[in-house]
Amino acid sequence: MSINSLEDAPLSSLPERPVSSTFPAAAATYDLAADRGRTAASPPPAKAPRSGPMADRLFGWAAKGAALLTLAMLIGILVSLVAGAWPAIAKYGLGFLTSSVWDPVQNEYGGLVMIYGTLATSIIALVIAVPVSFGIALFLTELSPNWLKRPLGTAIELLAAVPSIVYGMWGLLVFGPILSTWVQQPLQKLLAGVPYLGALVSGPPVGIGILSAGIILAIMIIPFIASVMRDVFEVTPPLLKESAYGLGSTTWEVVSKVVLPYTKAGVIGGIMLGLGRALGETMAVTFVIGNMNQLNSLSVFEAANSITSALANEFAEAGAGLHQAALMYLGLVLFFITFVVLSLSKMLLAKMKKSEGTKS
Amino acid sequence: MSTAQNLLNAKALAETRQAKFAARNRVNKIALTLSLAAMVFGVFWLIWILWETLRLGIGGLALATFTEMTPPPNEAGGIANAIFGSFVMVALATFVGTPIGIMAGIYLAEYNPKGWLASVTRFVNDILLSAPSIVIGLFVYAVVVAYFKTFSGLAGALALALIVIPVVIRTTENMLQLVPPGLREAAYALGAPKWKVILSITLRAARAGVVTGVLLAVARIAGETAPLLFTALNNQFWTSDVSQPMASLPVTIFKFAMSPYENWQQLAWAGVFLITVAVLALNILARVLTRNKH
Repeated sequence: MSINSLEDAPLSSLPERPVSSTFPAAAATYDLAADRGRTAASPPPAKAPRSGPMADRLFGWAAKGAALLTLAMLIGILVSLVAGAWPAIAKYGLGFLTSSVWDPVQNEYGGLVMIYGTLATSIIALVIAVPVSFGIALFLTELSPNWLKRPLGTAIELLAAVPSIVYGMWGLLVFGPILSTWVQQPLQKLLAGVPYLGALVSGPPVGIGILSAGIILAIMIIPFIASVMRDVFEVTPPLLKESAYGLGSTTWEVVSKVVLPYTKAGVIGGIMLGLGRALGETMAVTFVIGNMNQLNSLSVFEAANSITSALANEFAEAGAGLHQAALMYLGLVLFFITFVVLSLSKMLLAKMKKSEGTKS
Repeated sequence: MSTAQNLLNAKALAETRQAKFAARNRVNKIALTLSLAAMVFGVFWLIWILWETLRLGIGGLALATFTEMTPPPNEAGGIANAIFGSFVMVALATFVGTPIGIMAGIYLAEYNPKGWLASVTRFVNDILLSAPSIVIGLFVYAVVVAYFKTFSGLAGALALALIVIPVVIRTTENMLQLVPPGLREAAYALGAPKWKVILSITLRAARAGVVTGVLLAVARIAGETAPLLFTALNNQFWTSDVSQPMASLPVTIFKFAMSPYENWQQLAWAGVFLITVAVLALNILARVLTRNKH
């Protein structure tokens, strides 16, 4: 279609539109009205009349292709992990998850030790990180003077940007020894005779193990949880908060009884996001967890292994065969757990966004 | 008599109210103090980690660090090949990942943003954004390394590219959504085709934001170790052949830091210092870029 046909005689194109055969005249007037309405009220037509439609279509395809590629990536990851893990899945089935034998020499594998290590370190990380992140978010939204908000927020976000290998090396060479002398040894002395608690802190206090890994993970996920919490706290309608303040509430009461209930879904979503990060973190954990494939006791001082650190340490050296397949199986388990956790997080945060639209 | 009783009651009531108020205030003070403590706690780690990195990193830094290859234990040397390898792989990954990420971001923001494909892609992208990077390494191992039967710099770059894509998609989409619809409509009214509107109007208007996204992605992959461990592996020597195993800064740091050798550990600290400075500088640059624009 040439440029002129559109500019000079827009009406002439109307009869060419498909019209009803029974009432041609009625259809034609209807079309005219629709066309006028469209040019006045709705967004511009997607089809551009001026240039060849080929370039447009190509560009559209390229964009769609890129989006599809992202989907293909997720499917590809799943398929390749299942395919790689298949020998181990076929041999052990779900019993792999409850067996604690990991013996490359005998070619006998079970993932319980690593799964336990991953879960234990992540839980310790959450126990430390959640209250601290809540405190930071509270400080940034309610307490901090305005001029301090930005630099402090930036500082916390930079903490998230530091590469995990830096945390790992710092944890192994700087933090570990300090933890050993100032926390682990005194704790062991203090709790020596106490049942349960004593067992929890038994083992060599060398600054390497589940506790150290958990603490380092906590430091790493604090920025993620804190910045999500801060963002959702900030969407609480000021009217709600001001009403509570007007009734004489203290800051703490406003936060705990107004802001927190209002942002519940978002806060849990943020915690889930942090958990997802902690579960999948590799380098920081590999440095400090001690890499031991045995479960001697439930002590948090004991060296252990996590899924990620087992992969990092053994995969490149594992020969093709059952060893590699077992490691792939571990990777699949990890991907599945993080997928579920992150999906939950995403859904909760989306719910939060939706309620924000309706209530405020 | 009854008035006196009333007075007494009123006084008691006032006292209990006062006590309740004091208790509430106390709880409030404790909570706010703890909040302040949490803030100090968070900033404390950042300062401590940066301080140790600076102190030990600068100590390990020398001219030879940048000019010599990774040495055997207890011999002098540098990490030139690792720096070069990191540079090559990060550049390749950015080069491959950025266009794909931007195109997918354009699809999400400009084409059918409410359709099923866009919703699913957005969801999947958010998962990939936080997915364990070591799993990406496993994927590339299974697809590329197992197929070609050799570890290679190319496989490492591909693994890093797969991490770049979600970051770029996210920022591109968000930034394109900020562009006022009026701009697009004005361009369409002038008769511009859609691809031209997107490339020279909306994308240009969102330029600073998109560049920020790319910078953040580069910062992210510059420190990534896990996906390189079994894709690019490591190499003791200088190589610019991407079909061979290639050294990278993070993997070299990992290997050297875990070793008992004094000189290796010192080089590892120097490497950690370089990475931290580069990553933080990129992050701060990204922040400055967006702040000036909005």
